[in-house]
Amino acid sequence: MMNISRSVSLISLFLLPLLSFSFSVDNPTDRRVLVLLDDLSLKSSHSIFFNTLKSRGFDLDFKLAEDSKLALQRYGQYLYDGLIIFAPSTERFGGSLDSKSIADFVDSGRDLILSADTSASDLIRGISTECGVDFDEDSSAMVIDHTSFSVSDVDGDHTLIAAEDLVKSDVILGKTKIEAPVLFRGVAHSLNPTNNLVLKVLSASPSAYSANPSSKLLSAPQLTGSAISLVSVMQARNNARVVISGSLQLFSDRLFRSGVQKAGSPNKYEKSGNEQFVTELSKWVFHERGHLKAGNLVHHRVGETDEPAIYRIKDDLEFSVEIFEWSGKSWEPYVANDVQVQFYMMSPYVLKTLSTDKKGLFHTSFKVPDVYGVFQFKVEYEKLGYTTLSLSKQIPVRPYRHNEYERFIPTAYPYYGACFTTMAGFFVFSFVYLYHK
Amino acid sequence: MAALESPPPGTPSAMRHAFGSVLSALILLLIGVLAFSIRLFSVIKYESVIHEFDPYFNYRVTQFLSKNGIYEFWNWFDDRTWYPLGRVIGGTVYPGLTLTAGTIWWVLNSLNIPLSVETVCVFTAPVFSAFASWATYLLTKEVKGSGAGLAAAALLAMVICSIGIRLIFLLVNIMAMTLIGYWMSCTLFSIGVSFSGIFHKCLLIGFQNVSFLSKWLSLQVPSYISRSVAGSYDNEAVAIFALIFTFYLYIKTLNTGSLFYATLNAIAYFYMVCSWGGYTFIINLIPMHVLLCIVTGRYSPRLYIAYAPLVVLGTLLAALVPVVGFNAVLTSEHFASFLVFIIIHVIALVYYIKGILSPKMFKVAVTLVVSIGLVVCFIVVAVLVALVASSPTKGWSGRSLSLLDPTYASKYIPIIASVSEHQPPTWPSYFMDINVLAFLVPAGIVACFSPLSDASSFVVLYIVMSVYFSGVMVRLMLVLAPAACIMSGIALSQAFDVFTASIKYHLSGSSNSKDDAEDKTSTNNASKDDGSAGKTDKGEESAKERSSRKGKKKEREPADKPSVKSKIVKKKALVLPFEASIVALLLLIMLGAFYVIHCVWAAAEAYSAPSIVLTSQSRDGLHVFDDFRESYAWLSHNTDVDDKVASWWDYGYQTTAMANRTVIVDNNTWNNTHIATVGTAMSSPEKAAWEIFNSLDVKYVLVVFGGLIGYPSDDINKFLWMVRIGGGVFPHIKEADYLRDGQYRIDSEATPTMLNCLMYKLSYYRFVETDGKGFDRVRRTEIGKKNFKLTHFDEVFTSHHWMVRIYKLKPQKNRIRGRAKKLKLKTSSSKSAKKNPWI
Repeated sequence: MMNISRSVSLISLFLLPLLSFSFSVDNPTDRRVLVLLDDLSLKSSHSIFFNTLKSRGFDLDFKLAEDSKLALQRYGQYLYDGLIIFAPSTERFGGSLDSKSIADFVDSGRDLILSADTSASDLIRGISTECGVDFDEDSSAMVIDHTSFSVSDVDGDHTLIAAEDLVKSDVILGKTKIEAPVLFRGVAHSLNPTNNLVLKVLSASPSAYSANPSSKLLSAPQLTGSAISLVSVMQARNNARVVISGSLQLFSDRLFRSGVQKAGSPNKYEKSGNEQFVTELSKWVFHERGHLKAGNLVHHRVGETDEPAIYRIKDDLEFSVEIFEWSGKSWEPYVANDVQVQFYMMSPYVLKTLSTDKKGLFHTSFKVPDVYGVFQFKVEYEKLGYTTLSLSKQIPVRPYRHNEYERFIPTAYPYYGACFTTMAGFFVFSFVYLYHK
Repeated sequence: MAALESPPPGTPSAMRHAFGSVLSALILLLIGVLAFSIRLFSVIKYESVIHEFDPYFNYRVTQFLSKNGIYEFWNWFDDRTWYPLGRVIGGTVYPGLTLTAGTIWWVLNSLNIPLSVETVCVFTAPVFSAFASWATYLLTKEVKGSGAGLAAAALLAMVICSIGIRLIFLLVNIMAMTLIGYWMSCTLFSIGVSFSGIFHKCLLIGFQNVSFLSKWLSLQVPSYISRSVAGSYDNEAVAIFALIFTFYLYIKTLNTGSLFYATLNAIAYFYMVCSWGGYTFIINLIPMHVLLCIVTGRYSPRLYIAYAPLVVLGTLLAALVPVVGFNAVLTSEHFASFLVFIIIHVIALVYYIKGILSPKMFKVAVTLVVSIGLVVCFIVVAVLVALVASSPTKGWSGRSLSLLDPTYASKYIPIIASVSEHQPPTWPSYFMDINVLAFLVPAGIVACFSPLSDASSFVVLYIVMSVYFSGVMVRLMLVLAPAACIMSGIALSQAFDVFTASIKYHLSGSSNSKDDAEDKTSTNNASKDDGSAGKTDKGEESAKERSSRKGKKKEREPADKPSVKSKIVKKKALVLPFEASIVALLLLIMLGAFYVIHCVWAAAEAYSAPSIVLTSQSRDGLHVFDDFRESYAWLSHNTDVDDKVASWWDYGYQTTAMANRTVIVDNNTWNNTHIATVGTAMSSPEKAAWEIFNSLDVKYVLVVFGGLIGYPSDDINKFLWMVRIGGGVFPHIKEADYLRDGQYRIDSEATPTMLNCLMYKLSYYRFVETDGKGFDRVRRTEIGKKNFKLTHFDEVFTSHHWMVRIYKLKPQKNRIRGRAKKLKLKTSSSKSAKKNPWI
């Protein structure tokens, strides 16, 4: 027992430098990615996608989903920083992998790209449900759109969708606008509107619905219109990122290369928007973009530099915090004009927008409110696409000391006068009364 | 001691007085030692620890004071309680106790006696109870001195009685040294026996102070806890001394008419205001007495001197205490004193005018003044009523209102009603706390009426008021105890008077009696002040010899007696048969003996438990339950220093003092909403509770659970109060939801709301694993819901006997799951239809 634990610790000691190189707070971009396929032919059919990843420095490890040696962890350490599951039909993973271990993988702050497809297995559906995404329960259903389908759709059942309804976020989809529609063929999913962690990146047009294209539609489809999400992302509270797509073909070389013309639209594009869309999305999901870090939260009284242990009510203070953004290679100053600080005690008493010096330092100054108690400086920054920043620092605020009040109040001078004249008068009176005979 | 003041030198009586004073000092010293040592049972039986709840706060404050000095203490803003509101300790605490203990500690340290703050705190209460017994002695002496009831012969015999009593005490093995010393001296010298009655009373008081131990009964259980045993470091420890001393100085001023004592009185009152909120008792009782004197036509300049400076100086001084501040002139509790202040001035003016005007003119003046006065009074009253009525509570604070109307608190303020100290006492608790005194008090009251003086009327008023207040609130039994002691002392003394007078009458007839002018003059100082005693009193000294019971020693007991008018007639009337007197005396002595036994038993058994350590005696020996300290130690070692711990407010002070962790609410129940928030969380289902606690940044939740070992004052038994207090602010919590047909139960008949609330779950989580059935030994039933999991809390610590259970809030879920709906299992295997990815 001792030996085992010692060897484990030795190995972990040995692994530690490697691990710290791969994925850490200082270097959030993923390095080692496990790709699970249900068919090794996917490796070549989706080679463009994989090659862009490799060219960006990712170390891809392709495994069959049913490989009996599958393991995400060894000796309590994760072997991978990211996971791509392109195995929509797999009923059971090989090895030690299951839905729960994948959920744990996400909960440890690691990222996931999950692609389902029509007739996705319960396993895949289970994983997506863990992430807050619900696929259409009818396993043979597909997204059908009779108005915004791609004209190249030869089958005529209008399941190859030319979707244009992208989320408006430079962080997730990059600065360059995706001009061409994104081709999609697959299963629809929906999100719970109250779930603020998930986000539709690519949604269907209002005319879309989810049904089995080969059978006659007997009842009204459950999922319709823009409630249908085609590709969604989830950013967990620990900033782990997940992409869930309803179509595996979305990532395929074929759709990458295919030209696109949306039905009813005169614009014909040489190349679909898929490659740009998927590449940008993979940059986001693997933390090459939109990853913020904040720190060095400093506050002090105006004119001082040291942080006090306690403030007094109505003190003037200065507050600053540093925020940096990860560019994929280095930390760059984050520039924004919407970062706010709260001076918070059960509710924000002060809410100030911080101004930035464009070098990553955000600062402001304000007056402590006329309320004592245990306050917190809170920076809670939740911006679409960016990692969530949540910093707080506790600081008590005390009332005036006994000798910090005004000693003489000008309006009370008549009373002081009355007091002293009474005293003098009483003295004189006593003197006269006692000694004047 | 009146007799001590001017002993004519060189006479035998002067000799006796000298011995008397030495003896009186000795006896007083021994009384002090007794009062101190009887309170050390807790230290001997347990250890030198601070007890209970409030004392821990006082201890923490004293520590702060000794570390940071008085100015920091005054301005202390405590950010570790009432998170996130904090509490301004300096402005909300009665600083008397803390400053007293801090001063003692500082003096001792300056003298290079390195005692820890804790030791000083533990022993402050016993030391001050010794002071309190001395103050009681002084007060009784003042009352007694003004009453002209001491007969020389009676006192002579009383010494014998006293010795008799003391012999029994001897058997009770407490005061061996005192008794032998006193007995020896009695035998060897003939003493100025006018003291002896007082000594007797002192002794009584020494013992009776044990009844100060009287404290409250816990709400559910008879867990008697004392306020002045060693370790019970609470405001009352010094406040009772201050209270009695203030009364003593008031009576002293009333008897002497000295402005010096009046000033001292105001200062003593200031000390009382510093020490305890019960000072309002003084500032209402004294005006009441003044009013009584005025109404009964006893107005005198002495009364004016006793009262007017107290109001003026006392109010000014009281306003200096931060916690009182402007309340000293703003709240209704103080209005009575101002009203009486006005009345006494009017009366003084009337007497003055009466003195300078002819009777006829005076009559005219009276009609004039009365008519104008009525108008003015009407206006003033109207203004006052308008002012008072404009405030929501009519100017009275809740605690005071619950005094006047005992049902007020339980009707409107559950937070006040929930405190066991604020409950009306039960009859057994009267017997427990004041024992035989309860029977002696009425006799004492009767004795005070013959003759009635200013001072004795004050004690009568004192006992009447304190009986009423103690009937309203158990806690005020504390105020009743000294009053009962004084009354019983007077009663016993009067009884001994009568019996010994009879014995003496039968034994010696009138052969030995002779006038003793010296004694008369010297003992009548007090009577002169009073003016009610006749100047023509005859003192009488009787000396007689009589063999003591042991037959070894002889004693010669002189006594003197300033008798009341028509002494001989009265004496005749009071003579009882010899045998009856002897029997009655013996019975009284036995009564005293039983009282002593009871008091020692109460001090040793009932009032010495520190309540943070519990013990139980069973067949296989003594069990010690030290779960509280175990858990607080766990908190302080295993949690982050800024973590917030939520518990019901009872445990707030202990958590901050012992575990040094921030708490949400504590025993200083100043913010009802905050307490209601915690109460609501405890009575909500897990998820709602988690949200409430999370919004308060709570990391840990602490519950006290007695079901395993049968500790009855646990959180489940307090739970209905949490529901009531929570429901008082947040109406979605309804008491009826937690009761099945009006019954509070936790077994399988309990309501679903009850079985799903946080308090139930945290208390009974995994409880079924202990015995397989989940049998709760406090409620004596099997619990209703046995196997359940916690969704939002993690159990992190459960103490050895499961008395304290600490849970940690689970962090927020990293992900939000989608629809939890179980997916339909597809029978058609789609696996075969694997698609070609190249399509």
